[in-house]
Amino acid sequence: MNKHMQFRMGFLYLALAALCAFPVAAQDAPDVGPHPPQPMKPMESHIGKVTGHAKDAKMNYRRYCAGCHGDQGDGNGENAVWLDPKPRDFTMATFKCRSTVTGTLPTDEDLFDTIGRGLTNSNMPIWNTFSDQQRADFVAYIKTFSPRWEKEKAGDPIKIPAEPPVTIESISHGKALFTKLECWKCHGPQGKGDGPSAATLTDSKDQPIRPYNFAGGGDDSRLKCGSTNSEVYKIFITGVDGTPMPSFADVIQPNDAWDLVHFLRTLQVTRHSKENDVLKAAGGKIPAYVEKQSEAPASQSENKAAGGGN
Amino acid sequence: MRVSKPCIAVLVATLCPALMFGGTISGKVTYTGTPVKQKPIDMGKEPSCAKQHATPITTETVVTGANNVLENVVVYISAGADDTTVPSQAVTFTQKGCQYIPHVVVLHTGQELQVVNADQTSHNIHPMPTVNREWNKSQPPGSPNLSEKFDQPEFIKVKCNIHPWMAGRFAVLKTSHYSITGDSGGFSLPNLPPGKYTITAWHEDYGTQTQDVTITGNETKSIDFSFKAKAY
Repeated sequence: MNKHMQFRMGFLYLALAALCAFPVAAQDAPDVGPHPPQPMKPMESHIGKVTGHAKDAKMNYRRYCAGCHGDQGDGNGENAVWLDPKPRDFTMATFKCRSTVTGTLPTDEDLFDTIGRGLTNSNMPIWNTFSDQQRADFVAYIKTFSPRWEKEKAGDPIKIPAEPPVTIESISHGKALFTKLECWKCHGPQGKGDGPSAATLTDSKDQPIRPYNFAGGGDDSRLKCGSTNSEVYKIFITGVDGTPMPSFADVIQPNDAWDLVHFLRTLQVTRHSKENDVLKAAGGKIPAYVEKQSEAPASQSENKAAGGGN
Repeated sequence: MRVSKPCIAVLVATLCPALMFGGTISGKVTYTGTPVKQKPIDMGKEPSCAKQHATPITTETVVTGANNVLENVVVYISAGADDTTVPSQAVTFTQKGCQYIPHVVVLHTGQELQVVNADQTSHNIHPMPTVNREWNKSQPPGSPNLSEKFDQPEFIKVKCNIHPWMAGRFAVLKTSHYSITGDSGGFSLPNLPPGKYTITAWHEDYGTQTQDVTITGNETKSIDFSFKAKAY
């Protein structure tokens, strides 16, 4: 091969290489799924020391979440028609399990916990197979579906005071509150989810919804937003947004709220708990609550002062 | 820019009467056709409310008066009157006899809404907005009034999940030039400076209608709205 030929061959190789390489370089990375690619919002989440990035959750969301929650996050995935309750519509940015007051956005941690905990009595499984980083990425991704996350901050987390000891009195007072606050209207007198208003309940998308049945399940029974006493406390203070369950934050005092938690535990008749132990030790019957004088501490000190004077 | 004193005097002289008296847009809201019959409400599950009603009440989706008058229509200025002053007085929304009084509450964005429970039963107040934030609060008997506000203009459905027949509306407007029709069907929007206005009439079941009106001075313009009744 002479020099001239070598040059010509080299030119040909170059031209061939350019032909092959150019179309690949000119195309974007192929998109997965039926929808055209959309520019990704650079959303982050912050859970402790972990920072989640929306872009890192894209593939996992499509693989594990979109089937129910939909590619667009609107709760209209292809499985949604078969599900009851329906998958969450992330475009509404209304969430059930929050540590924040009703009508506000949840914290990143609230969403992170929900993914890891799953939602009992629904098709949302416990996604604890994902790493903390992956769950944080999901949280960031979920926040791309509603513009509220750019305009609003998460609500203020509610304050939960230290839990007082469980006594038969606290259970008895809790039962009185359950009656007074009319929890039984939906949840039923025995907490079986069969109260007089239960049959007509609908969620905010007009789908029928059942009130929680406390009596079902044993030691493995879970409540919607966590199983610890603090999480039970939280649920009726924050309310379960998007459902008929309202917030009782304005109408119940912190210590009264703890008494209510203690009573609710006794409704879980087959679940082992300190509340059920206390109830058993007291003979298995909740005594009628005797209303204390509302000015009891003041009158007591008065009495003492009067006694001291005599 | 320098404006001479006589010029300001002329301006004040022409503007002030308009500001003080201004134009008025008034009229009447009626319907054509046959409105759907309202359903009677069975409050048997809530005796404390049932006994407050000598005769059973009905739903209030469409409330009509004599001579085809359509009630509960919010007539307001949707364009032309920039009105950012939030009224300092609160609007009251009362739950009594397991009904909302009034059925349609009109309030300005940011204006305080006082929610009263006058019943001997718990209610939960559950507005279902799409633009504003959805919330849901319990209000047992004897508890203090709730104080709420909405930031964005929107017609919001509000309900009580415990008593599913309770359904009202919050009409959140960014104007205080509004009127709501009663049993005469009449409305009046007074104190309007000269200008071009868009008047919107909104009904919870029949939707909205708009008309453009120009006010040139101290005059009263008459416009009427007529909604076609839905047969179902």
